[in-house]
Order: sequence, then C-alpha cells, then structure tokens
Amino acid sequence: MTAVLTRYFPLLLLAAAWEAVTRAGLVPASALPSLDKVAQAWWGLAAGGDLWTNGVSSMTRGAAGLALAIVFGALIGVLMAWYKPVLVVANPIVQFFYPMPKSALIPVMVLWLGFGDASKVVLIFVGCMLPVTLSAFNGARGTEEVLIWSARSMGASRARVLWEVVVPSALPELLSGIRTALALSFVLLVASELIVARSGFGYMIGWLGDGGAYDSMFAVVLTVAALGFLADRLYLMLMRRILAWRE
Amino acid sequence: MSAETPAFAPTTPGLRLDRLAAAWAQRAAGILPLLALVVAWEALARAHILSTFLLPPLSAVLERVWDDTVSGDLALNLGVTLYRSMAGFAIAAVAGVALGIVMARNAAVRWFFDPIVSVGFPMPKIAFLPIFMLWLGLYDVSKISMVVFNAIFPVITATIAAAEGVDGYLLWSARSLGASERQLLREIILPAALPQILTGLQVALPISLIVEIVTEMLMGGTGLGGAMIGASRFADSPGVFAGIVEIAIAGLALVKGIAIVRRHLLVWHQEAEDPTTV
Repeated sequence: MTAVLTRYFPLLLLAAAWEAVTRAGLVPASALPSLDKVAQAWWGLAAGGDLWTNGVSSMTRGAAGLALAIVFGALIGVLMAWYKPVLVVANPIVQFFYPMPKSALIPVMVLWLGFGDASKVVLIFVGCMLPVTLSAFNGARGTEEVLIWSARSMGASRARVLWEVVVPSALPELLSGIRTALALSFVLLVASELIVARSGFGYMIGWLGDGGAYDSMFAVVLTVAALGFLADRLYLMLMRRILAWRE
Repeated sequence: MSAETPAFAPTTPGLRLDRLAAAWAQRAAGILPLLALVVAWEALARAHILSTFLLPPLSAVLERVWDDTVSGDLALNLGVTLYRSMAGFAIAAVAGVALGIVMARNAAVRWFFDPIVSVGFPMPKIAFLPIFMLWLGLYDVSKISMVVFNAIFPVITATIAAAEGVDGYLLWSARSLGASERQLLREIILPAALPQILTGLQVALPISLIVEIVTEMLMGGTGLGGAMIGASRFADSPGVFAGIVEIAIAGLALVKGIAIVRRHLLVWHQEAEDPTTV
C-alpha cells in the first residue's frame, strides 16, 4: 500500500497544485474550475443519471466495434498467414490502408450511417481491425515450422494444427495488437462523439463545454480519461493471465 | 531494399536479371488487388447499386482531387495540416527524447514523471480537446499543443526503455577511457538508443496526423480535416471522398518517409523490424 502511495504521490502533488492555484485565484475559475467543484459536478451528473446513460451508450458502442474488430481482424490475420491466396489478395490492401489516419473515416460514416450508434460502431470496427489483423498475421507467420511438422506427422488434420498450434503461438502478438486496438477504440469513440452524436461521453463533453458548464465538462473529461486508463490496466492483467502458460 | 543487399552478393548477370524480373512480378501481383478494389468501386458506383450520394464513382472523386489541386485548395489545406501536425510531431520528438533521457538518468525526475507518463500513455487524451480549445483558442496553438500532448507519450516511453537498455560495458569502457558525461550522451547513449527511439517516433507520427485531423474536424477552418467536415455538412459526398483519398495518400507518404529515414540513419545497425504503428 505504501509502495503504491509513494509511486503515485506525484499525481497527488499535481492535484494539490491544481487546488492551490484555483483557491489562490491565480487562474480564472472559468478556465480551471477548482477540484472540489469538479468533484461536486461529477457527483451531480452521476446522481442525476446523465453520466450513467451516456456512459452506457458510449461503452456499448466501443465494446461492439472492438468485438467485431477482434473477431474479423484475428480471423483475417490468421488466414493470411495460413492460406497463400488469402495473403496475396489481402496483404496489399492491408498494407495500403494501415497507415491511413482512421479519423478521416468519421465524415464518411456520418454520410453512410447517420448520427446514431451505427456510425460509431462501424468506425471503431473498421479503424481497429487493421492493427488486430496485422498482429495476428505476424504472430501466426512466426509459428515455428518444426511444431507444425511434428503435429502433422503425428496425424493432426490441417484444421486441428491451425487451432491447436498456430493460434496459440500467435496469441502473444495478437494480444498486444488488441491492446493497441483498445486504446485506438477509445480515441475513435470520443472523437466521433465530439464531432457528431446525440449521446455518449464525447457528446456530453461537447454540450457541457458549449453551455459554459466547465466544472461538469472537466468531470466528464476526467471520467473518460480514467476509464481509458482502467480499461488498459484491466486488459494488461487479463493478458498476463492468458499468457501465464508461457514460462 | 537495395541498401540492404550486402556488397558480396553474387553478381552473375543472368541471375540478377532473373531476380529483377521476379521482384517486378511480385510488385505487380501486389498492385493487382488494389486495382481490383478500384475497378469494383467504379463499377459499383456506375451500376447504381449504391446511390452516387453514398458512393460517388472514383472517377468523380479523382476529378474533385484534380480540381482541388488546380485551384490551389489542396496545396493550402495539405500545407496547413502538414505544418500543424509536423510542428507538433517535431516538438513532441525533441521534448520526448530529452525528457526520456533525463528520466532514465535521474532518479528524482524519474520518480516525479513516471506515474504521470504511465497514467497518461493509455489515456484517451483526445477527450481533453475542448479544454485545450478553452485555454488556447481555436487556431494553430491549440491544435499543435493537442498534437504534442498526444504524440509525446510513445516517444518518452520508447526513449526511457532505449536509454536503460544501453549496454553497461559500453558505458564503463567509455568512462574508463575518460569520456565526459556530455560525450557519453552524444557518442554512446544516443546512438545506441537510436533504433528504439526511432520506433517510438514511428508510433508517434501517425498519431500526430490522426489527432490533427480530429482537431480540424471539431474546430473547422482550413486543413484537410476541416475541408472534409465542411463537405460533409453540405452533403457534398465527392468532397468527403476526395478528402479521404488525400488524407490516405498523405498518411502513406509520411509513414513510408519515416521508414526511409530510419533505414538511412541505421545503415550501421543490424536492422530491427519495422514497428507496428497505429
């Protein structure tokens, strides 16, 4: 406990500096509301249910898009490593679209799917799929041939080799690709909700800011940041647990 | 590629021609799926399977790109977007490497910044955009600051890992030969850390462009992102798709460009794999 406290003590220092600066009136309250005001505003939003309903709609969109990206990304990546024709067709397309700044897709999704959930889910799906595809491909491609040969020579079918040899050995890289996708999904979610939406965290941040309710805006911004951080930490714990069988 | 061919490679003329032909065949095979995609796009739009509003024909989109080029809009928007994203990237690169090296070498600095970096890195920093707008206004300063804020974290973490990974024997030998701390930094630590630092920069570069485009979309005005969101508000779908094509090419050029820079800077180094970037 004390170890955690010393480690994160600088963050407490920052919070104290924030409170001190606003209390002393060094910056106007409209630019930086004091920390206790932000906490009060957070409590108000949470008790009023706004934070909850918008949070649920954001998290549902994020989870749906990310789940689709993981399923299709991993599938395509493994198939690219396993079947040559898939590689020949998919590889140039993946390599071409991979460096594209995914946020450029936001206006197209609005054009195609409107202002609701579908445009965000598809944006996150398309944006997060390529990092997962590439990591699954790199992981599956790196499978030791000896393992495949031994499994084959012991009579395993090709499908069984794929499932029991290639997929597990691709797992470490696939899982770290999914971590990248998780971070990216938060970025795309918040960005698309800030730009066009009728619900969600990003939408809340936008209208609270426009209405000048800066203490509430800070409360939502910090909530999103904390959620992104927590999601990454939880995923890291899950990843370590899944990979515990490796040494 | 050619830079990596060792000087002692066999140079039998016939063999070389064969290899050249094979390389060209492979390159052609790599373009085919993209060509098929292009043809499918045009055919789908021409056959009116989707309305031309949802999917304008590629030819119309390219025509728009051409019009933008001739009218000078493309040069202006591309210039503004590249200026802001590259200014932010450059500041993030210099400040991130400096902070990373100091953190790796000074325990007090490390203690203070370590939790900030480890909390800040996985955070969706884009959510802070309205706060940046509130503090710094709607113009270049807030956009560049936002790019720096997003791009600096991968640079810092890569630099710390790189500076800590420098072989102890190298440092001890240089010290015992009488190198000063400044020489140690310039002659040993920075070169030895360079591959990993470059990997961090290769992650930060696409982030800079993504963030710049989001900030432009939210604030409007000039720039590729601003032009796209403007086109989308006026339901001008060829304009939106032209924006996608322009941004995709800009992104591809930047990513390929930094990979070439890496290869030139690391000719002396046994090349590490290119990193996966966002």
